[in-house]
Amino acid sequence: MQSYSYILWIPLLPLATFVVLGLFGRKYLKTSSGLIGTLSLLTSCLLSFKAAKQYFFVDGKVDGIYQKIEAFKHVWLQFSPGVSIDMGITIDPIAVMMLVVITSVSLMVHVFSLGYMKGEDRFATYYAFLSLFTFSMLGLVLSVNIFQIYMFWELVGVSSFLLIGYYFYKPSAVAASKKAFIVTRFADLGFLIGILVLGFYGGSLDISTLIQKFTTVQSPEYISITTASFLGMSMLTWGLTLVFVGGAGKSAMFPLHVWLPDAMEGPTPVSALIHAATMVVAGVYLVARLFPVFSMDAHALDIVTYTGVFSALLAAVIACTQTDIKRVLAYSTMSQIGYMMFSLGVSRYGGEAGLGYMASMFHLFTHAFFKSLLFLGAGSVIHLVHSNEMKDMGGLRKLMPITHIAFLIACLAIAGVPPFAGFFSKEEILTAALHENTLVYGVALFTAALTSFYMFRLYFSIFWNKEADVHGEHHGEGTWTMKLPLIILAICSVGAGFIGFPEFVTSDGAGIETHMDIASMAVPVSLSIVAIIIAAIMYKNANEKPAKVATAFGGFYRAAYKKFYVDEVYLFITKKIIFPLIGQPIAWADKHMVDGFMLMLGNLTAKISAAIKGMQSGKVQYYALYFFGGIIALSLLLIYIWK
Amino acid sequence: MNEVPLEHILIVSTALFFIGMYGLFTRRNMITMLMSVELMLNSVNINFVAFNKYLYPEHLDGIFFSLFIITIAAAEAAVAIAIIINLYRSHRSIDVDDAAEMKF
Repeated sequence: MQSYSYILWIPLLPLATFVVLGLFGRKYLKTSSGLIGTLSLLTSCLLSFKAAKQYFFVDGKVDGIYQKIEAFKHVWLQFSPGVSIDMGITIDPIAVMMLVVITSVSLMVHVFSLGYMKGEDRFATYYAFLSLFTFSMLGLVLSVNIFQIYMFWELVGVSSFLLIGYYFYKPSAVAASKKAFIVTRFADLGFLIGILVLGFYGGSLDISTLIQKFTTVQSPEYISITTASFLGMSMLTWGLTLVFVGGAGKSAMFPLHVWLPDAMEGPTPVSALIHAATMVVAGVYLVARLFPVFSMDAHALDIVTYTGVFSALLAAVIACTQTDIKRVLAYSTMSQIGYMMFSLGVSRYGGEAGLGYMASMFHLFTHAFFKSLLFLGAGSVIHLVHSNEMKDMGGLRKLMPITHIAFLIACLAIAGVPPFAGFFSKEEILTAALHENTLVYGVALFTAALTSFYMFRLYFSIFWNKEADVHGEHHGEGTWTMKLPLIILAICSVGAGFIGFPEFVTSDGAGIETHMDIASMAVPVSLSIVAIIIAAIMYKNANEKPAKVATAFGGFYRAAYKKFYVDEVYLFITKKIIFPLIGQPIAWADKHMVDGFMLMLGNLTAKISAAIKGMQSGKVQYYALYFFGGIIALSLLLIYIWK
Repeated sequence: MNEVPLEHILIVSTALFFIGMYGLFTRRNMITMLMSVELMLNSVNINFVAFNKYLYPEHLDGIFFSLFIITIAAAEAAVAIAIIINLYRSHRSIDVDDAAEMKF
């Protein structure tokens, strides 16, 4: 077997780029930083493809099963024998798949940004942050140790904070970046507790060891974690649920999704990278990484399923009403991630029952391409129109033909129209759901129809609807660096579905056979097409129908437009309940008790020293007097008291 | 010949010691203070010699000690006078109250 140690370079190159650009970028590499970042990422990307080729086609498979390989492992912090934080690289089908997805999408974003961010004052800083983000994400997917995941998880959080808040002179961007950071950080608290619970009962933080211990029913660790219970749920359920809370925070699952729409304040290519293909699927990846353990606990899987399916539906409904094109895309991302989540939830471990797992990973893979294409396309549109609002757009198909075609392909892909990529993965998800849970299947079907509707609402509003009113001169679709990624991603969005995914990525490593029958495909596809036609009727030409429909739905429409008041609920809870009842008493205690005690110590010392500093008069004879006085006192003590 | 009792000698040495101490505390001139310190040292010398003679006439330890003290006193006088000269050079005075800068 060939060595995989070169994989170490895949995350290290972006890290090196971050260091170089972060230190010297603004001063010395102002114009070349984009090129440096792109080239370094291109190398990473080629290495990822090499790794994928080697793993999937040369030596990853032993006895028909893809093996989990630990290419590199370094014990970093050893707490006790068995419990240590390691830094390492693990290679298995999902890790390799994620490597390919992250590096290729990130490369596209790097190239696109060359045109989109041109002339920005902090161009080098932007590329430094992009590299930092790519490094963290790559480190996350390659982790061997659950604590290593946690560290890279936080790094991903902080770099996304930096990127969302890139336009730091805009108050809304600052607020959005803080919101994203605080919400995901809050979720990560759950993740940390979950890690500690699993680590405590499993006696290890190593992922393979944990999986091996918790999936062996006779092992003492499995028995102890399933017998211990808290508030009526076993500790295994608690641990996994808390880990899932962390994942739900990053993946914007209800009710922790509030940060994602606001995060659209960042530059659009950043949204394509972070909020389409990489960071938001980190939660899905986390559940998939620990899936053998999740599959041992039906309750945890149920939580994953229902959170996923509810988020998918909720986001789809909200997406139908939003007018900011990036927000529509943000909600559609949330909805698609909901798909991936519930698909994991309805899956079981191994063999044919692991169809949902495969489908989820498949959807993650295809979604990464068409969603980043949608975001980059939206970036092109925004670059031309200088607005995020749908009402400022319309009729752009003649001005930007390449963007138009690419966007159409991505919309068809996300709508699940054959033969585009999304069709295959969505079909697998629906099949998996149908086998396991009819309720979930029904909701998923309805959501799929909604997805087609709002995506084509977006498409028609941008490219048709009315005549383009971009007056004066405009710069068309931008430079070739902005067109090329669109074309490549469009090709991927068409072709990604034809990869024989079930053969490569499955829950247990062995390939599975999938059979698509016409009957089960007919329903979702026809629903999608009907939804597209409805969208075409309503939005292809400017008319009164959308307004009428909105009035017909009345309160429901307004609630959806206001995102079902989730933000308001959060504000109410924080401002009206947490701040006055918890924050203010703590602030009072901090100010008057903690600070007061410290002030008292300081004041006391100052007073005592002021009182006795007169003794240090500088007159040497007084010192002699004190000295003799001391001797006399000591003599008296020794003579009369301590005889 | 009637021997002088030990107490008398002790009274002398105590008187000498406190005279030295009084001088050390009251005089501002550093040379006088140095002389006062010498008085105190000599009172200790007297004590050593007297105790040696009256309590352990067969030993010589006390006498050795007083010899050491005399030697050290000589050395100390040299150091002290060097300090006094330096003080004079910097302050144009050998009054200790003029050299009171090292205070709070």
